[in-house]
Amino acid sequence: MLDKHKTVEKNSILLLILVIVVVSIGGLIEIVPLFRIETTIEKVEGMRPYTPLELVGQQIYIRENCNSCHSQQIRPLRDEVERYGHYSLAAESMYDHPFLWGSKRTGPDLARVGGKYSDEWHAAHLKKPQDVVPESIMPPYGFMLNKGADLRTIGKHLAALKAVGVPYTQAHIDAAYNDAMAQAHPESDNTGLLERYGEKMNQRDFDGQPQFVSEMDALISYLQVLGTMAELKDYKPTEEAK
Amino acid sequence: MDAVNYNDDVVKKFTIASLFWAVAGMAAGLLIALQLAFPELNVGEYLTFGRLRPVHTSGVIFAFGGNVLFATSYFVVQRTCRTRLWNDGISNFTFWGFQVFIVMAALGYLLGITQGKEYAEPEWYADLWLTVVWVAYLLVFMMTLAKRKEPHIYVANWFFLAFIVTVAVLHLVNNLSLPVSLMGAKSYSAWSGVQSALIQWWYGHNAVGFFLTAGFLGIMYYFVPKRAERPVYSYRLSILHFWSLIFIYIWAGPHHLHYTALPDWAQTLGMTFSIMLWMPSWGGMINGMMTLSGAWHKLREDPILKFMIISLAFYGMSTFEGPLMSIKAVNSLSHYTDWTIGHVHSGALGWVAFISFGAIYHLITVLWNRPLYSMRLVNTHLWVATIGIVLYITSMWVAGIMQGLMWRSYDAQGFLDYSFVETVAAMHPYYVIRALGGGLYLIGLFIMIYNCWKTIAGCKKQCSSVACGAEVSHAG
Repeated sequence: MLDKHKTVEKNSILLLILVIVVVSIGGLIEIVPLFRIETTIEKVEGMRPYTPLELVGQQIYIRENCNSCHSQQIRPLRDEVERYGHYSLAAESMYDHPFLWGSKRTGPDLARVGGKYSDEWHAAHLKKPQDVVPESIMPPYGFMLNKGADLRTIGKHLAALKAVGVPYTQAHIDAAYNDAMAQAHPESDNTGLLERYGEKMNQRDFDGQPQFVSEMDALISYLQVLGTMAELKDYKPTEEAK
Repeated sequence: MDAVNYNDDVVKKFTIASLFWAVAGMAAGLLIALQLAFPELNVGEYLTFGRLRPVHTSGVIFAFGGNVLFATSYFVVQRTCRTRLWNDGISNFTFWGFQVFIVMAALGYLLGITQGKEYAEPEWYADLWLTVVWVAYLLVFMMTLAKRKEPHIYVANWFFLAFIVTVAVLHLVNNLSLPVSLMGAKSYSAWSGVQSALIQWWYGHNAVGFFLTAGFLGIMYYFVPKRAERPVYSYRLSILHFWSLIFIYIWAGPHHLHYTALPDWAQTLGMTFSIMLWMPSWGGMINGMMTLSGAWHKLREDPILKFMIISLAFYGMSTFEGPLMSIKAVNSLSHYTDWTIGHVHSGALGWVAFISFGAIYHLITVLWNRPLYSMRLVNTHLWVATIGIVLYITSMWVAGIMQGLMWRSYDAQGFLDYSFVETVAAMHPYYVIRALGGGLYLIGLFIMIYNCWKTIAGCKKQCSSVACGAEVSHAG
């Protein structure tokens, strides 16, 4: 064996090729089968792509790196299910490019935070977390109340997501700006919005400032939808196991 | 003795850059550690914990670690091939190109430009730029190997080569994305959900495996024998170590995703290979430490060698802790807690940075061709930094295990004992101790920089530029 290895030691191209072959094996065996979606992602009712406003909220979530302190992945362990709710399903993050499961809980998991707190609570908490939770070590994000959500190019964002596999249609893309405005203005005409994103969609002024659509509106709309889409009552894990 | 005219100019630049970025990355680390202990330190929109954290992680891993790897790989490949580095222009481009990448990435983080993936935060434009730089790096390294005067490629270069080429593959696959527009920073990853998770941790764990391990093992395989003036302990073990390490490491990623929505078979594979990884890791540690056979007395006299051997001890410890934490039952407790942070830092501060410090001290004496200004200060640095690491990792062990136990603690009626925020409040004293440990480590770094500064400044006065470029024989 040692003699044979000398051949490798004397040929840099051969060494390079062998390294590439050896490091490729593990990755290929683990990653390629995951793209057989039907065995990787269980079927569950209710999942839909994010509304344009929620998507802007998710961008803010990523921009502020919320996922460095908050996970979005509840494990099927007794205490986690009691603390946070039903364990997370693969289908629930299938429209997240990239995934935001996180790896650290400096703060609590947010996979099912949607609907647990009022919009007012979120706005006050994001403005100054210690006002609501005195022991909190979260940074303040009050500036989001004064900044308009960036909706100018939202159609392009939907188009890019469509290109990487999120099932938006041309109608979603064309109406993106109007849909974002309508979601934050409860008095506006919402027929198109409901048609595209379903009856359960949250349409209201999220930040208590009805005069304009702020980053706070977008972020809270995103937080309020987290974990609420999937119809977990109808979900039967045994069927999926087959 | 031979008269190869080595390109040490570029090695010097990378060496100095690595010290510069070490300060930046570790200072950012101290700041965010203090922010967790004292949240009032989150000031304004651009300097919050969330935006600064990637400045710290990228600053230390890629800016400090990356510059160390460039410096040492360029130094070692020339000495062990007995030939000048291929193409001065392109190797100089890798220096400036890499620094530009670091600045681009760090400015982006402060402005909130990030892909949201740990250790792969830079957006598409910075990723493309890094790809160009990295291809140039691979080219310089391969072409230098190709024109070597030695028949054999020395073992350190196998590790450097595996590091360079594997990082290229990981970088390209994980960062595949579609920009929203060519004028904007934002892009969307080609991967979503569970596939995105596995590809990210295949990348993330092998950033550890190939950037922070294989690359630094390359450093170990040259600088430890060199400093000990002994050949590598076992040639057979080197071969076994190399191929088993690179084969097994690549499978270990899924242990970051235990009990998640990732299919069970992938989790089990990840766990199995992570446990197997213990063996090649310790094979490497033994090969490094046993190189001192017959020269153990040098440990008493040479603090630079002490840095290297302590780094191998930390390497051994964290490569035992890693497999332990990859066991699903242990992981159910440790995951999401500060235990993980402690584990990472025993590897990063203890292994990666200590072997780097040892190599840099040695490099400075060779590149500027004179003894260090003060060996006593090297010793001071060593102990200040070691105490810093001990405070850091012990506080994070206690904090992490306590946190994990509090989350799953039940009272007699079967209700959860603690609200989440009670577990946050319980972390406070440990976060303070951790920041203290990090502070000591940073002080140690300043001692090192002072020492190196005095050495280099003295060199300018005394030795001629001809003598500076004339280091000679090589190990192996």
